[in-house]
Amino acid sequence: MKKLITGALPVVLLLVLIASFLQFGPLGLLKTAFPPVETIAFERVVLEKDKITAYIINDGPGEVTVSQVLINDAYNQFRITQSTLKHLEKAVVRMDYPWFETLPLSIKLVSSSGLTFEKEIKVATPTPVPDARYILSFAVIGLYVGVIPVFLGLLWLPFLRNLSRRWYDFFLSLTVGLLVFLLIDALEGALELTSEIPQTLQGVSLITIGFFLPYLTLLAISKRGSIDVTKKGVIGHTLRLSYMIALGIGLHNMGEGLAIGSAFSVGEITLGSLLVIGFMMHNLTEGIAIVAPITRHKEDNILRHLITLGLIAGGPTIIGAWIGGFAFSQLWSLIFLSVGVGAIFHVVVEIIKYMKKETATTIFTFTNVGGFFAGLFVMYATGLFVI
Amino acid sequence: MINLPKNAAAILAAVFVLSVFYSVFPVQTVGNLTGQAAQAKHGHTGVVGEYTFDDFDPMSYLKSWNFNDLPEKEREKFYKEQNLSDGTMLREYWIYAIDKKIEVAPGVFFDAWTYSGKVPGPTIRATEGDTIRVHLINQGSHAHTAHFHGYHEASMDGAMPEQFVQPGESFIYEFKAGPVGLHLYHCHVTPLKAHIAQGMYAMFIVDPVERREPANELIMMMNAFDTNFDGENEVYAVNTKAFYYVNNTIKAKVGELVRIYVANMVEFDPVNSIHIHGNFFNEYQTGTLSTPSAFTDIIQLGQAERSILELRFKFPGKYMFHAHQTEFSELGWMGFFEVEP
Repeated sequence: MKKLITGALPVVLLLVLIASFLQFGPLGLLKTAFPPVETIAFERVVLEKDKITAYIINDGPGEVTVSQVLINDAYNQFRITQSTLKHLEKAVVRMDYPWFETLPLSIKLVSSSGLTFEKEIKVATPTPVPDARYILSFAVIGLYVGVIPVFLGLLWLPFLRNLSRRWYDFFLSLTVGLLVFLLIDALEGALELTSEIPQTLQGVSLITIGFFLPYLTLLAISKRGSIDVTKKGVIGHTLRLSYMIALGIGLHNMGEGLAIGSAFSVGEITLGSLLVIGFMMHNLTEGIAIVAPITRHKEDNILRHLITLGLIAGGPTIIGAWIGGFAFSQLWSLIFLSVGVGAIFHVVVEIIKYMKKETATTIFTFTNVGGFFAGLFVMYATGLFVI
Repeated sequence: MINLPKNAAAILAAVFVLSVFYSVFPVQTVGNLTGQAAQAKHGHTGVVGEYTFDDFDPMSYLKSWNFNDLPEKEREKFYKEQNLSDGTMLREYWIYAIDKKIEVAPGVFFDAWTYSGKVPGPTIRATEGDTIRVHLINQGSHAHTAHFHGYHEASMDGAMPEQFVQPGESFIYEFKAGPVGLHLYHCHVTPLKAHIAQGMYAMFIVDPVERREPANELIMMMNAFDTNFDGENEVYAVNTKAFYYVNNTIKAKVGELVRIYVANMVEFDPVNSIHIHGNFFNEYQTGTLSTPSAFTDIIQLGQAERSILELRFKFPGKYMFHAHQTEFSELGWMGFFEVEP
């Protein structure tokens, strides 16, 4: 009981302090001196024929009243579910406007104090609705970009099997290079999104959480699993490594799918054939990464494992494309990407630990360092087609 | 292979954390939109809602000068006139510089600097040769002046730093009204751009001794407001309130002479215009000469340029008038004449 009191005491005192500060403190005095800090963030804009719907959130500290709406710098009629929004309150703004396909579109909300909050759509195009056609086409995009290339990459297994020990290490290092590239890629994507989600949700902190959540969870899992390794032998360990790589890559590809789906739905990219080819080449290399660890050991039911591995790594692209296309939210993109970063980081650490265990001397041989850079370079070169 | 049963707890925990997060910040879908009534009507330009703030009546501004919109008793506080022995008049004005919040579009407020609490400020109207005496009392938070366009001595110009009327101080401007025409007065304190954009401007009409033909006279100040202070205007209007004369049409009669006193005080944009539908008008540039300078249906005006327009409507009905910088018109600078038979 005494413990409980001493533990709660500082918290209780803080609450008392806050209450008295709000009641008597200098806040009221300060408030008048501040200029109005109003912010509105757009969570999502849906375009239908002659219709625009915007989902907005007040992510500023103070109250905001939406008084008027400008579309392409002209006042336009609108309906709003709630015009005065408190901190983190949301509203839906519906506008009738004959927007023009393929042209840019600007939506500006004018607050009661005259401030404006703008959402720019670079190329206006109807927002996909989840009907059979779009579900199928997003699935096909995901299939081409994620699943097929990964499976093709897995077919390198027999080739890799016949390599010497030295080349095996080379390809493991190459895998590390590939993964580090993907890690940076996903991290960059997540950081870019921090400016697009409401400030109050603290994008960078979410990335930190998103990173450590899978990393430490997977670490804890693999620590428990290592007991099993002694039972099952080293063979199980390498296969597990492959599964973890597949999982990490799968999360990364989910982020990629989200990005593709959403970009497609807000008309920011038209998925030209070149872009699809680029993504395919880029993701082909992910197959190597997955199978590299298991090349040294014969495994039962290898075909079944390969199919599972391919689905884990490639399948999320389709799911990502669906989510991104139909219910895009930058917030969730950011979370998936940062979870992917954490998972990939864990795999990188695992591979390096594995390599270290397998070698008596240093892992920093010319072969390995060369493999690492080869991995980075392959990703860079194939990445040239993506942008 | 991943040891599923043993890791199930960890995976469940992760799923739980994510689902809690999801319930707080759900992914929005487009589903709830399908049930909505389809409205494919075009032509939804304009503002939403009504003006609620009783700071300024654009309808009464059209026909107000020398505070004649006030009851006699009230008017005396701001305006006095007195016949002089030479047949002219002494017209004396008390104008207060005041900081005031004004409504420039329904629900959109602007912290203006004003003459007498109004944007545009009170119209001063006199006959050529009258003595104008303006008491400017600065109750605002910044220095201000009243710089008149027209004849006056240098000491009455209100443009030099030593002539700035500081907050709490006052100054008396005195000069003889002239030349005949449509003029302005505005604040000339630096930064000039800011003082104009914040609303310190008004009309100054000098009538000829030989009266102009009686007419339906309308005063129109083209102005604009940079409500978010980004150096571009969000609201354009004639007489301050965006789209006001769309719902509150200006009445006229077929055949009746309509005389419009129009000036441009828009800041940031180099030029503004007025175009009247279904009609042509005589333009008297700056209103100084008795012969028209143009017969047209549109004139372009730079900042502080002004003209007197005279026209007669041929047919009854609603006629739009607006800036033919169409961007301005869709940002509020448009209205309607409603012509009765």
